[in-house]
Amino acid sequence: MKGHTFWSDLKNYRVLLLMLAPAVAFFLLFAYIPMAGIIIAFKHYDYAGGIFGSAWNGLDNFRFFFESGDAWRVTRNTALYNIAFIIVNNSLQIFAAIMLFEVGGKWFRKITQSALFLPYFISWVVVGAIAYNLLNYDIGTVNALLRGLGLEPVDIYNTPSYWPYILVLVSAWKGLGYGTVMYLAAITGIDTEMYEAAEIDGANIFQRIMKVTIPNLYPTIIILVLLAVGNIFRGDFGMFYNMIGNNGLLFSSTDVIDTFVFRSLITSNDIGMSAAAGVFQSVLGFVTIMTVNFAVRKYDKDRALF
Amino acid sequence: MKQLDRKIFSGIGYVSLIFLAILCIFPFVLVVSSSFTEENKIITEGYQFIPTAFSTEAYSILFKYPEQMIQAYLVTIAVTIIGTLLGLFLTSMTAYALSRKDFKWRNKFSFFFFFTTLFSGGLVPWYLLMVNYLDMKDTLAALVIPMMLNVFYIIVMKSFMGSIPEAIVESAKIDGAGDFKIYARLILPLSKPALATIGLFLALAYWNDWYNALLFISNENLMPLQYYLYKMLGNMDGMRKAMMGAGAVVTTSIPTESLKMAMTVVATGPILLAYPFVQKYFVQGLTIGAVKG
Repeated sequence: MKGHTFWSDLKNYRVLLLMLAPAVAFFLLFAYIPMAGIIIAFKHYDYAGGIFGSAWNGLDNFRFFFESGDAWRVTRNTALYNIAFIIVNNSLQIFAAIMLFEVGGKWFRKITQSALFLPYFISWVVVGAIAYNLLNYDIGTVNALLRGLGLEPVDIYNTPSYWPYILVLVSAWKGLGYGTVMYLAAITGIDTEMYEAAEIDGANIFQRIMKVTIPNLYPTIIILVLLAVGNIFRGDFGMFYNMIGNNGLLFSSTDVIDTFVFRSLITSNDIGMSAAAGVFQSVLGFVTIMTVNFAVRKYDKDRALF
Repeated sequence: MKQLDRKIFSGIGYVSLIFLAILCIFPFVLVVSSSFTEENKIITEGYQFIPTAFSTEAYSILFKYPEQMIQAYLVTIAVTIIGTLLGLFLTSMTAYALSRKDFKWRNKFSFFFFFTTLFSGGLVPWYLLMVNYLDMKDTLAALVIPMMLNVFYIIVMKSFMGSIPEAIVESAKIDGAGDFKIYARLILPLSKPALATIGLFLALAYWNDWYNALLFISNENLMPLQYYLYKMLGNMDGMRKAMMGAGAVVTTSIPTESLKMAMTVVATGPILLAYPFVQKYFVQGLTIGAVKG
């Protein structure tokens, strides 16, 4: 009987289920209930009425968002930044992991690995301070250097076109250690017999890396890239907010969906439009990850995320 | 021939790793050195790598009236300890249940958690839930609870636990141990590398958090360190006022630039000290398996 097996399962697994209960409650409350809160995007939110008492206003919030002219700009920025981050960060991390694995003695490895990890340990607030320290017009190191060389100083905080490069560099810098260790863990897990076999076959170091190491990294690369692709419409708020803050001069090249949503919610208190932008972001992200996962599944079932 | 390849490769490897390592370290050197540089020197010549005019003025001002900073420190330490312990306990317990291959509904539950990374309600409903329905504005809970559980950490932990031989669980079961006992007595001690790694990441996230404070904290006594730093960096007038409010002589000559850097050093230092102790676990602890298990 179906009911019987369900109840006996329930009894069998009662301790495991109890152990899962806090996490289930957590995600129900903080992830699934807010999903239902998406209806705010279709309402004219007022504090007195709350989520359920506010009046419906259909697609007005979305119309505002798209007609404001910001929608295209923030979406494009978010996606382009993330694509650049995925490509630059992962290549650099894979490169550093392979080098760390192949080169040097124990101490050299330890020291360089620690150094690479250092930026991961500091908050975006501190990174913002460091960036200011380097890039400030009057007293920044970069400009001090330029002046020392007899060149014109550059007004970085007033020039949007520099920022894509700066942000890609900063993202690579901060994420280098974390990703490198992630890939290093995967390389360490490769069966040493494969390397021995490659050696017997007369492979040189470059062939060894191309034919053994990198193919063995594919599962890790695919998981990490897939997860990142799923987040392609999510901007790293901490980074953008601390690097740029509310410097409107730079928004044309630095404003992402997350900073836009935050500003609409906190600064201009436009709850409806902020929620609409958030829904737009979630739906885009969801469609992207589903499409990519579907494509990967078709190509190789085992490599898909789910 | 083979030797030559090796040599070229090692050459490239050493040079590029050293270059990357320097690139990662040098901004820190810059911050520390400018925190020890005389203010006028910074104003006239910019931030420098080696202080040409050494001064500890910024630190002495910072430590003269440290009340608010100490308060921020205490908030951060409390939040970090409570959050990390709670987070580790819940993450490991959840991961354990999901790693048990004889647990019939493990994939269903895994997907229940994983789905939250695919789709979300966005900032607004979450914010309104926290503020209007759970009443968490200006509470320590607002700093601790949102970051307690993270799906990615559960996955990493689950992968690690999944690599522990199943025979251990089975023999313990035959000996009559219950599920919770197996988790607490057997699996947890074996999961040290994963616990150390995730523990460090949780501690880092809590120590470095300023976002939840930005959203939910307006009471100055509940400001964590990074948010305090953020406020001070953005608002030197506020810093002056804080110094004066604490009884400092009214003066316009507070060295704001070097003071900013000194604060940055003070807010960053302790978490960097934790790293060497856990580093050895990192590579072992951070294996990610497939999400579906």
